[in-house]
Amino acid sequence: MSVHLETAPLRPGEMLDRFTAGRSETGAIVSFTGLMRAEHGAADTLYLDAYPGFTEAEIARTEAEAQARFALQDSLIVHRHGAIAPGEPIVFVATAAAHRRAAFEAADHLMDYLKSRAPFWKRSSGPAGASWIEPTAQDLDDAARWDVVPWDVAPAAEDAG
Amino acid sequence: MARVLLFGALADVAGWREREVEATAISSLRARLAADDATLGQALQRPGVQVALDKALTRGDAPLGPTTEVAFLPPMSGG
Repeated sequence: MSVHLETAPLRPGEMLDRFTAGRSETGAIVSFTGLMRAEHGAADTLYLDAYPGFTEAEIARTEAEAQARFALQDSLIVHRHGAIAPGEPIVFVATAAAHRRAAFEAADHLMDYLKSRAPFWKRSSGPAGASWIEPTAQDLDDAARWDVVPWDVAPAAEDAG
Repeated sequence: MARVLLFGALADVAGWREREVEATAISSLRARLAADDATLGQALQRPGVQVALDKALTRGDAPLGPTTEVAFLPPMSGG
């Protein structure tokens, strides 16, 4: 399990090779790479502000939850910050598990968190100017899929006795 | 002297990201920042702006030591 912030361009292939090496009890590795879109010319730079130390620690808490929830053997999260150009990777996530479903679901869960709730602040710049971006409604809905549903929570003690 | 950090849109509003400010509590720090820059003072009061002391989120007022790092965090956007 590890979380890293990087300002230099990411190399997803090399990271996946290193993550895959030396595993004799892993049956499934899933990796995801998120790239910056140019939005058909509307965006030429994505600037991601992070709080080094705080940002990794917050992401690591969700990573630890995911490890327990999906019985992960291992995971790796590497996220860019600073200025990012179209086509460059923004984030790389890899998960390792004994079986594929846990690896798929954990990677999906981690990405929904990273896209909507992780401690980053992002500004998109293009020919029309620059603006800070909030998570989209779709991002928030995607993240909420993993929240604990109310009927899973133990009832209040007021009915006891 | 608290070390004050601003992130995201808050840094744009203020025109700075990091500054040493004389303050012994979050409340007096907010007052000092608002006295220097009313627009920033208002921005720091907006809903969803969180405060971290030495990289741990906190709520309400709290005393500040001479080397406390105080971060004002706008609503997090994800990456």
